[in-house]
Amino acid sequence: MNYLKLLFISFFYLAPIASSMAVEPDEVLADSKLESRARDISTNVRCVVCQNEPIDTSNSGVARDLRILIRERLLAGDSNKEVFKYLVDRYGNFILFKPPLTLSTALLWFMPLLVFALGVIILVGALKKASPLNKSKIFIVPNEKKLDVLVNKKGKE
Amino acid sequence: MRRFIFLTPLALSLIIGAFAVWGLLNDRNPSEIPSALINRSVPSFDLLPLPGLNSPGLSKKDLLNLDKVSIVNFFASWCLPCRAEHQSFIKLSKNDEIELVGINYKDINKDALDWLTELGNPYTYVGNDFSGRTGIDWGITGVPETFIVNKNGKVVHRFSGPLVGERFEEFKELLMLELR
Repeated sequence: MNYLKLLFISFFYLAPIASSMAVEPDEVLADSKLESRARDISTNVRCVVCQNEPIDTSNSGVARDLRILIRERLLAGDSNKEVFKYLVDRYGNFILFKPPLTLSTALLWFMPLLVFALGVIILVGALKKASPLNKSKIFIVPNEKKLDVLVNKKGKE
Repeated sequence: MRRFIFLTPLALSLIIGAFAVWGLLNDRNPSEIPSALINRSVPSFDLLPLPGLNSPGLSKKDLLNLDKVSIVNFFASWCLPCRAEHQSFIKLSKNDEIELVGINYKDINKDALDWLTELGNPYTYVGNDFSGRTGIDWGITGVPETFIVNKNGKVVHRFSGPLVGERFEEFKELLMLELR
């Protein structure tokens, strides 16, 4: 009974590992260094069929072709950069998970900084207004005389 | 000034809302990848003919030597939408002003021959891309995919998916603009 339980549980632990391996044995390069570079590249290349998946985990035919192609380029002596360029020449920047910094993507890259800067400006402004130093200038100091007058008035009445 | 600050959430939600409405009403398909080939020369490729078929193979040189507007159609016998759009190409093949060429993508020779015998062969050239490598050079994501190439051998339009109904009309309109 215990064995059965163990088997049952281990199945659920192992299932996700099995499903994340799309790279088939015949694709793997003998040179482990090149192979790890190929894996590295293919996790950053978008599958053009199932578009939110890297080709490294995608089971589609085109993804497999691209994985094999990447390995061929590496065997031919291409650098990682050259492999990416080869793919971008054919499929455009869309195929990269990390968009390169160009004029059209500048807003995408700098928006977080802009929003952060805006937040800092608003925060500083709000803190300045709320600080006790400011309050004393606006409220207490100019009104001391007025208060005096009011108090004196009351006293007279 | 103070009063306007209270209006900023309203303004922001209006801006965000406008984007949402634009995204809903707009006709664009976000999963359609723009082709990297547009306005560039045809990629280099050289494909053998399909054994047993009368049409010659297809290469970049063939396309450049045509001196005609050409339509390059990627098809396969295993692809159902290709079957759906085939009649559109039979119609187009009657137009002498254009050259209609095909690239048979990852297909079994006999299946492709049977398919072309059954449905008719509208292509003047048919390249055999068994490995799918030429498909990658053209940046295709699947079949069917159709490119319009102008007289100078420059890719001007790419259509992914079957050219039937409204899509076919749209395709013909763009084609006519190229022929002018």
